[in-house]
Amino acid sequence: MSGFAEKLRAALVIARRDFVAVVFSKTFIFFLIGPAFPLIVGGLAGNIGAKVQQNVERPTIGLAMSAEDNKRMMAAREELQGRMAGGLPDMFELATPVAGKPFDAKAALADGSREVTAVVGGTLAKPTLTATADRARQWVGLVSNLAARARADTPTAYPDVQVEEVNTSIAKVRTGQVYTAQGAQVLLFLLTMLLAGMVLSNLVEEKGNKIIEVLAAAIPMDAMFMGKLFAMLAVSLVGIAVWGTAIGTIVLMGAKSMPALSTPAVGWPLFLILGFLYFAMAYLLMGSLFLSIGGMAATVREVQTLSMPVSMFQLMVFFFSSYALTMPGSWVEWLSVIFPVSSPYAMLARAAQEPAVWPHIVALLWQAFWVVVIVRAGAQLFRRTVMKSGPARGKTKRGLFRRKAY
Amino acid sequence: MKIELGEWPVTGNAVDSTGVELAIEARGLVKRFDGFTAVDGVDISVPKGAIYGILGPNGAGKTTTLRMLLGIIDPDAGYRRVLGHERPTDVARRIGYLPEERGLYPAMKAYEAIGFLAALRGVPLKEGRRRGRELLEEHGLGYAADRQIRQMSKGMAQTVQLLGTLVHKPDLVVFDEPFSGLDALNQGKLERMIRALAAGGTTVIFSTHVIAHAERLCDQVAIIAGGKVPFAGPVDLARDRLRPQVRLETRAQDGPWRAALPADVRHEGAFWHFTLPETGVEPLLRALIEGDAGILSLSIERAGLHDAFVAIAGEAAAKALEDGEGEER
Repeated sequence: MSGFAEKLRAALVIARRDFVAVVFSKTFIFFLIGPAFPLIVGGLAGNIGAKVQQNVERPTIGLAMSAEDNKRMMAAREELQGRMAGGLPDMFELATPVAGKPFDAKAALADGSREVTAVVGGTLAKPTLTATADRARQWVGLVSNLAARARADTPTAYPDVQVEEVNTSIAKVRTGQVYTAQGAQVLLFLLTMLLAGMVLSNLVEEKGNKIIEVLAAAIPMDAMFMGKLFAMLAVSLVGIAVWGTAIGTIVLMGAKSMPALSTPAVGWPLFLILGFLYFAMAYLLMGSLFLSIGGMAATVREVQTLSMPVSMFQLMVFFFSSYALTMPGSWVEWLSVIFPVSSPYAMLARAAQEPAVWPHIVALLWQAFWVVVIVRAGAQLFRRTVMKSGPARGKTKRGLFRRKAY
Repeated sequence: MKIELGEWPVTGNAVDSTGVELAIEARGLVKRFDGFTAVDGVDISVPKGAIYGILGPNGAGKTTTLRMLLGIIDPDAGYRRVLGHERPTDVARRIGYLPEERGLYPAMKAYEAIGFLAALRGVPLKEGRRRGRELLEEHGLGYAADRQIRQMSKGMAQTVQLLGTLVHKPDLVVFDEPFSGLDALNQGKLERMIRALAAGGTTVIFSTHVIAHAERLCDQVAIIAGGKVPFAGPVDLARDRLRPQVRLETRAQDGPWRAALPADVRHEGAFWHFTLPETGVEPLLRALIEGDAGILSLSIERAGLHDAFVAIAGEAAAKALEDGEGEER
């Protein structure tokens, strides 16, 4: 049997064992339902936040002009209401100050019983707006507009606008594709983060079971690494199938509030295929890095210590790719395409925005090349740094944090 | 034909100077870790079908040497050939290895664990599992074949791993401290198994820090201390490094016969102990008889491996070895 075939065979033996061990374990169900928790928590937090926001502040403008001016201002508001997207703030008569005794708008805003967001005083010719800085910026134009209409003797004649609707526009498509790209990157990141961590804990299991030396003697180390990566990839496919089915069921059951994504530039079928391939590459790249680093750790504690900076690195890669997404064609985007670990994210974003297919073939080959390089380097490092001596005796430290061993 | 190191063919069986085919041939193996030389120029020749022991105290470099021979780690210098191949990993399917730190997947059933170890060595999984059941039956563990490793005693799990080491019928079996952690009963079983393997033509190499195991089992030993191998060869040859010891009991306590005793003589109880003079036993006997010693008993004992170890490796290594044996007991 050739060297490659032998490695593949050995990798499959490892992959099969790991796959069965993970999928048929009792804890696998938690892995499957795991992603539901952040979604539920996120949804609840979002709803509660919106409710709180709604209850805390209902934007209201209090009018403190003369009785006539107040009346005209409210009429002008009624006239404009319905013609502005997003609606207008509520408006009511707060006071009708008598001549020579100006109304104290600041005191009214500070008075908790009144619940006004801003106060408009003065006259129609010279209105004053008292509010916080952001509200003042938001409403100064509106107040000016309303005052101008209120001063007019006759109602404003609004012409009917003939509307001609089109399905889309280039600008909308481009914006939508950016959202699709962002959504795909987020999904890719979440899946990769979830699974790469599992690879790490899987290697710790080998160390805990003390079977690592048997494996190292029987099969090439890189075959063991590849086997572990393949196994977790297969596990992830089970997960994706389950999650995909769940999401599909929810959509079919009529969850109309789910956001509709724009069609990616390469079309949905190819985008989904590329999405899977880039997920596989992102996972293999990150997983092989995790394995290489985890391989050098001697204990579970060391692995836990290491996993934090590695997760941070993963997060930085994601942010970098997201940032590059906003700068198409720039050197930043090219860097994110070339840098192996961010390349899958950047290329998936490209698939959403650019129709060309050939760059994806090149990118996938480039990423696969780096998977092999990292796996081989990790295996070499593992052999050099971990298999140093017989079993630990006494308090001797080994692995990455070992001081001296023989 | 004399073959220089580094010019050997990549494959092909090595032979020693007497024409004996070798399972393992290693020359000048060196391994350094962080500036520390763990193994320093080790030479080993293991004949095919032999039981070969690597004897030395803890930390002497036994495990590192075995790992280099198995290809788990590469030497920094030197040359090795295992079953005719320079890269031991090329013949991994023909090798069985039981490391000192033993372990199996706790959730696996016994027959699955053996099947998995067989699959690692190239046996189809189904066949490996079938052989696993067979082996467990043969070794009295058939009733536990479907039991998970985590549900087994330590001794049973060790037996399962041992069977997993042998399931693919290897030509070479490497044990690292195989007797470590076994009770006397299981040590005896393992000794019988090693002898049976060798009788069947399998080469067995094991490391140990217990002289008695090496003395009872081995055809040849490599004595290792401080990363160096001061002696490698047949056990008898190691013993022959020391002159035989004489134990003499006499009726007379003094007399002209005393002149026949060498300078290293010591008197313990009723016995005189001394090294057999180079002139041999006959002149000694004649001098004792003619000197009216009144010989009650006289025995000549070959030096044991322990004495040979002291003579070859030095007192410090012997002390470390004894400490290790003490820990083991």
